[in-house]
Amino acid sequence: MTFIKTKIGRRAFIKNTSLASGGLVLGFSILNACKPEQAKEMASIEMPNEWFEINSYLKIGDNGLVTIYTPNPEFGQNIRTSMPMLIAEELDLDWKNVLVEQAPYHPEKYGFQFTGGSQGIRRRWEPLRMAGATARHMLKEAAAMAWQVPASEIKTLEGILSHETSGNSAGYGEMASAAAQLPVPEEVKLKEIKDFTLIGKSIKNVDAKAIATGQAMFGSDYQKEGMLIAMIEHPPAFGMTLESVDGTAVKAMPGIKDVVTIKSFKDGFEKGGFDTNAFPELVAIVGNSTWEVMQAKKQLKVNWKPIAAQTETISGFRGKETRNIPAGLESTESHMAKIEELASKKGKLVRKDGNPEAAFNNAPKIIERSYSAPYLAHNSMEPLNAFAHVIGDKVKIAAPIQIPSLIVPTIASSLGIPAENIEMEMPRMGGGFGRKAYAHYVVEAALISQKVNAPIKLIYTREDDMTNGIYRPTYHATYRAALDENNNLTALHVKAGGIPESPLFANRFPAGAIENYMAEEWSIDSNITIGAFRAPRSNFMAGAEQAFLDEVAEAAGKDPIEFRLELLKRAKENPVGEENDYDAERYAGVLELLREKAAWGENKANVHRGVSAYFCHNSYAAHVLDLTNENGKPVVQNVCCAIDCGIVVNPDAAKNMAEGAIIDGIGNAFYGELTFRDGVPQKKNFDQYQMIRMADAPKRIDVHFVQNEIAPTGMGEPPFPPIFGALANALYKATGQRHYHQPFITKKQVLG
Amino acid sequence: MAVFNLNINGKKQTVDVDPNTPMLWVLRDHLKLVGTKYGCGIAQCGSCTIHLSGIAVRACVLTVSAVGNQEVTTIEGLSENADHPVQKAWLEVDVPQCGYCQTGQIMTAAALLEQNPNPSDSEIEMAMNGNICRCGTYTRIKKAVQLAAESNNS
Repeated sequence: MTFIKTKIGRRAFIKNTSLASGGLVLGFSILNACKPEQAKEMASIEMPNEWFEINSYLKIGDNGLVTIYTPNPEFGQNIRTSMPMLIAEELDLDWKNVLVEQAPYHPEKYGFQFTGGSQGIRRRWEPLRMAGATARHMLKEAAAMAWQVPASEIKTLEGILSHETSGNSAGYGEMASAAAQLPVPEEVKLKEIKDFTLIGKSIKNVDAKAIATGQAMFGSDYQKEGMLIAMIEHPPAFGMTLESVDGTAVKAMPGIKDVVTIKSFKDGFEKGGFDTNAFPELVAIVGNSTWEVMQAKKQLKVNWKPIAAQTETISGFRGKETRNIPAGLESTESHMAKIEELASKKGKLVRKDGNPEAAFNNAPKIIERSYSAPYLAHNSMEPLNAFAHVIGDKVKIAAPIQIPSLIVPTIASSLGIPAENIEMEMPRMGGGFGRKAYAHYVVEAALISQKVNAPIKLIYTREDDMTNGIYRPTYHATYRAALDENNNLTALHVKAGGIPESPLFANRFPAGAIENYMAEEWSIDSNITIGAFRAPRSNFMAGAEQAFLDEVAEAAGKDPIEFRLELLKRAKENPVGEENDYDAERYAGVLELLREKAAWGENKANVHRGVSAYFCHNSYAAHVLDLTNENGKPVVQNVCCAIDCGIVVNPDAAKNMAEGAIIDGIGNAFYGELTFRDGVPQKKNFDQYQMIRMADAPKRIDVHFVQNEIAPTGMGEPPFPPIFGALANALYKATGQRHYHQPFITKKQVLG
Repeated sequence: MAVFNLNINGKKQTVDVDPNTPMLWVLRDHLKLVGTKYGCGIAQCGSCTIHLSGIAVRACVLTVSAVGNQEVTTIEGLSENADHPVQKAWLEVDVPQCGYCQTGQIMTAAALLEQNPNPSDSEIEMAMNGNICRCGTYTRIKKAVQLAAESNNS
C-alpha cells in the first residue's frame, strides 16, 4: 500500500478564493480569447449551478461535473490529457464528467510549471495523484458524516460514493459542498498499480476536437479590444547590435502607430540560464494590423554596429557560470577549421577507467571514426509571439512559454515592476522543442507594451524566428576502439566537443562496460546563441555512439544487438567505475523487446535494417529502422521502436509522441542544417531550410513499451536521439557507405 | 485601402483593407477567423490552407483583391460540428500533437478527397507534401486521410 504524506505538497493545495461567494467561477482567464477550448463542448454538457473547490487542481460541480486545472504548459505532448488522468485516477472519476482547463502561471498553487526535459509526468506523478486522492478522501469523509458510517467502509467508483451495508449512495456533486469545508488530510493513500482503471488506458486528446475545428487558441490567436500588432527588427548577423534607427518615414506609413527601441536587460541584471539573447537591443514597429506592420518592417532603415567582446555571468541550474562572447562575424567555414584544430588536440579529461593508453598502444587493431552535426533551428510551426499589456506597474501576459517562472525575474527587472504584479496565461504552444524555454520574446512584448502604452501582440515572422538564434549547437565527436587479436573490444576512447558546448556524457553507456575507457571534451566560444533542442547533446551523441558501436560490432564479427547485450551484461554483472548513470538491465530489456518485436534476424530481400539504442531523460529507447532503395532514393519503410519509460499513463498518446520523435529525427538526420556566413544565418524560411514532409516519413511505425511498475520517466525526448543511429546504420546496409556527417542527404548522394 | 465584399463560409463579409493584403491576415486580423494559421508567409508550409472555390490554396499568398466573389471556406466553415469526414477521421486516429498545422492539414486533405475520393498512398503523399508538421504526425495524418476516404466510399 502506498501512503504519501500530503504535507510536502500542502502549499500546492491552497484554495483559489473564498467559497463564501458560492457559484465559484475562477478568474483565470484574463482575456476573453482564452476561454477554455472546451467552451463549445461545455455548451452541450449541463453545467452545474455551483462549483466547490476542493484544492487548487480541481473543483466539483453540484451535478458531479469536475473541472481539473492542468498545471504545465502544453506544447504537443498531450499533458492536457495525461496530467488530468493522474488526478481522475485517484479521484475515481468518470472521465466523461471531466473538463480540463489550463492553469495560469501560479507557482504557489501549481508548483514548477515546466515543460521540458521530459520531466512533466515524472515530476507530477505523485503530486497530481495526491491531489486526486486528497479530494477522494475528503468526499468520503463528507459522506461518512452525512450517513453516520465509517469512512473506511465507503467505496468510490466513477464519481459515485457508496456504502454497501447501509445502502447509501451519492454522486460526488452531492457531497462536494460538505467536502470542500473539510480540512486537507495529513496523509492519503494512493492506489496500488494493479487497481488503476484509467492510467494505462488510451484516452483521446481532450483538445482534438478544438484543434480539428480551428477553435484551439494558440498564443498568436489572442485578440483584445484595442490591441496593436508589434514586430521586431533584430540585427541581420550574430556579432552585430543596434546603432541607430530613423523611424520617421515608416511612422507615416498606413496603420503604423509607432517605432520604438527596446533594451531587454537592465544594466547589471544577473541573467538566468534561460535568458539567452543574442539581440537584446531591438527596434519594434507597432501598428493596427499584421500586414501593415510587415510592410513597414520591410521599409525600416536601421544602422547596426559590431558588438564588443564580453564576458557574462549566468546564474543557472548549474550555479554561476561564466560565458565568453567573442566579437566578430562568424562563418561555418571558420567554425570547421577551429573544430578540426580542437578535435586533433588533447581535450579536457572527464573520465578514465583502467589504462586506455596502454590498451591502445598494445592493440593490434584500432578503429577511429569522427562524426559531426551542424547547427539546427527549432522551427516550431508557430513562430515566436507574445501578448502583453502593461498597465502602470502591472502586466498581463499571454504567451506560448515552456518555463514561465524563469522569465519572471527578467520581466520584473526590465519593466521595473514587482514580480508579483506579473500575471501570465499559458496558451497552447504551436510546438516548442526547447525553443520556447527561452522567453526573450515575452520580455520584448512587455517592453513594447510599456513603451507604447497599449496592449500589444508581438509576432515574429518566420524569418525573425529562424534567424534569432538559440540553435542546437554544432557538434563533433571522435571515437576510437582498441580490438585484440580476437577482435574483442578492449578499450574505448571518446573525445567530443562543440560550439559553444561539449555534447559529452562521460558516464553513459558504453562507460561501465569496458575495462579501459577514456572520455575527453572541448568547446569553442561563439556569439551565435544556442539552447536546448529536444534531448540536448543526446541528440548528437546517440547517433555518433550508436553508429560507431555498429562499426565495432561489425569488426568483431558480431550481431549488433548481441554485441550491445554482451557489453550490457558486463555493465550489469561487473561494472567498471561507480559513476555509470544508467541501469544496464533496463537498457538490455529494451533491446530484447525490440529484437523480438522487430523479428530481428529475419532478413527480407532488399530491406536494409539498422539498429540503435540509447538512454537519456531517465528512459531507454531502441529502434530498428528498415530502408529500401527506391530508384536510388532511400525510403524508410518501417521503424520498430521499444521504450522503457516506466508506467505509461496514456499509451496511444505516448505512441504518438514516439512516432513524432522518430520522424523528427529522420528529418533532421536527412536534411537539418543551418550554416552561417559573416554572422548571417544562410537559411531564413522553409524554401531554404528543408523540413521532413509526409513523403519522406516512415511508411509505418510500431511502438512497444516495456511493461513494468516503475514510476514514469521521460517520454518526449528519449525516442529521438537513437533514431539518428538507426538511420545511419541502415544507410550503411543499403549503400555500403558509412555516414559520419549530418545532414546525410544534403552532404552527399546517399545511394550511388 | 479599398472595400471588398467577400463570401466566406457562406456569409457575406465586408473588409476595408490594402488590396495587397493576403487573405491570411484578412481572416485573422480583420474577421477574427484565427483557425487559419501563419507558418511561413511564402506558401511553403501549408498552415494557412483554405479553400477557394473548393480548391486548396495558401492564404498567405492569396491577396484579398484576387478573391472576388469566389467562395472561401476556412476551417471554421468546413463543418457545423466537427462532422466533416476528414475531421471525424482525425478524431478517430487522434492525430494532433501541438495542433498548430492541423487545420491546414485538414483543409488540404478535405480538398484532396473532394477531387479524388479514393486516393492511393502516393497520391495522398503528393497532395499532403505541401503541409509541414513539425511534430511529425505524418503517419497518423495519412491514416486519417485513408480512413476518411474509406468512410466516404462506404
